[in-house]
Amino acid sequence: MSDASPLLRGRVAAVLGSNVDTDVIYPGRYLNITDREKTAEHLFELAHPEIRSKLRPGDFIVAAANFGCGSSREQAAAALKFSGCGAVIAASFARIFFRNAINLGLPALVSSSAHIECREGDELEIDLAAGVIRNLSRNLSLAAAPLDPRAIELIRSGGLIPYLKARYASSAALG
Amino acid sequence: MTLAEKILARASGRARVEPHEIVVADVDLAMSHENADLVRKAFLEIGVPRVWDPEKIVIIFDHRIPAESEKTAATHKAVREFVAQQGIRHFYDVGRGGICHQVLAENGHVQPGMVVVGTDSHTTTHGAFGAFATGIGATEMAGVWVEGKLWFKVPSTIRIEVEGAFAPWVSAKDLILYIIGKLGAAGADYRAVEFDGSAIRRMTIASRMVLSNLSMEMGAKVAFTPVMEIAPDAGARYEKTLHINLDYDIPEPQIACPHSVDNVRPVSALSDVPVHQAVLGSCTNGRLEDLEAAASILAGRRVHPHTRLIIVPASQRIFLEAMRLGYIEKLIEAGAIVDPPGCGPCVGVHQGILAAGEVCISSTNRNFIGRMGSKDSFVYLASPAVVAASAVAGRIVHPEIVMAKENSHV
Ligand code: SF4
Repeated sequence: MSDASPLLRGRVAAVLGSNVDTDVIYPGRYLNITDREKTAEHLFELAHPEIRSKLRPGDFIVAAANFGCGSSREQAAAALKFSGCGAVIAASFARIFFRNAINLGLPALVSSSAHIECREGDELEIDLAAGVIRNLSRNLSLAAAPLDPRAIELIRSGGLIPYLKARYASSAALG
Repeated sequence: MTLAEKILARASGRARVEPHEIVVADVDLAMSHENADLVRKAFLEIGVPRVWDPEKIVIIFDHRIPAESEKTAATHKAVREFVAQQGIRHFYDVGRGGICHQVLAENGHVQPGMVVVGTDSHTTTHGAFGAFATGIGATEMAGVWVEGKLWFKVPSTIRIEVEGAFAPWVSAKDLILYIIGKLGAAGADYRAVEFDGSAIRRMTIASRMVLSNLSMEMGAKVAFTPVMEIAPDAGARYEKTLHINLDYDIPEPQIACPHSVDNVRPVSALSDVPVHQAVLGSCTNGRLEDLEAAASILAGRRVHPHTRLIIVPASQRIFLEAMRLGYIEKLIEAGAIVDPPGCGPCVGVHQGILAAGEVCISSTNRNFIGRMGSKDSFVYLASPAVVAASAVAGRIVHPEIVMAKENSHV
């Protein structure tokens, strides 16, 4: 594991409004899909089906306030992650979505201005630990909330499962 | 300290905690429904052989019961096998329970002061029993099954004091819709909510559960109504306090219009919305008092010919009791269909899906795009009384309009 601040680079695949709920991100009818990778097939399927075809690996989704409100369904965060989304940047997140994202190793960054200052197609470079977003296409630097070190550790590990797996494997080896 | 602070301090072994601090708390109860299968898979991936405490885990099937597809049947089967293998005794299979939040409460699993986590967002319901109860995702729950602990950011608290008396045909559902309309869908994000005041203290437990349940729809992490066993300290600090007087503020039923729960209007502000389907059920409003309200309106009346009424008792126990009291008979005589106790159409996968262009009035808790079927359908959220009255009228109405007429259609 490197101590360098995690830097991500990618394009903005979509800029969305407030209160993007988990039914919009991942419809309830597909909740019986329990293979995390397969959830990607239904990302934004009912409300914004075009996003999925536009999303390239490492791309960012940018939104206004309260992204991920509604259900606790982890498939909403999984569908984003396994569609290749590099991070979600929003003015605020609903709390369960935020925890689910970090636990799955999907960076979720709070920035009050990104949805105003970024357009679809913009190139961004984001520094999770410092809380900085550079919009390279517009030559702007945007403030974001630095991600908690605990969250960065989980993201570096690839999520809570690999994190706990490593921890219990080493404690078993010691014990 | 507020209730949230008190409970988190106790659970994390601290004398006191402050808002925004991060604490690691012991979990007293961990509930899952069918998504126990996702938890199970994550748990197996972590590679620890046994769950931390099988007595503290409760699993209740409710979202897709009886299994609506082969895929779900396989999921149910895998969870049944896991439950047996891990010695998890508190397991409520098809026909043994109903909606997870109702079953958890009915069977006395929740006690005041507990830390309860559930892989369902409406776990906030259990704040009505004085528990710090909140929803988490499946992967996080796998971590709880391994360690029995979880980190929490201590929330700041919004206090909501309610005085006055409900107008006729106005109930807890109208109160909480009114509050969500005022505060917005993100108005309580990350916050705890404490309800109190003379009007709350006169409410039944079932009605208090409605408040704690729907507080989730304004983002609340936990939402308490008062209990005897634990109370906030006199000097507790609140982020803000809201005062509501039912006499002046909520003179008539409230409706959350498509497609967000905070798009709330009084029923008189809606003009002639025809209704194709009416749904009475869910963890919000599928309890005995809700069925009673519907039965009192539908007794001797008929569901409108252009409307179908779907009743979903929240649990087997409620279903049985409603049958004994004659409510179910009245509802069926009026032309309603009764789904088996469980989530029913609320989750949008079976037992009452909407077609494009259809309008539904529902006692449930979400009206997001596509929540109950087609992305081009429309869901209005309302109290059980408004749902029942609208089923008779075939359009959204104030129950007093239906009750003023002797019979049949309005
Ligand atoms: S009744 Fe609806 S809101 Fe309640 S747990 Fe079931 S699906 Fe969720």
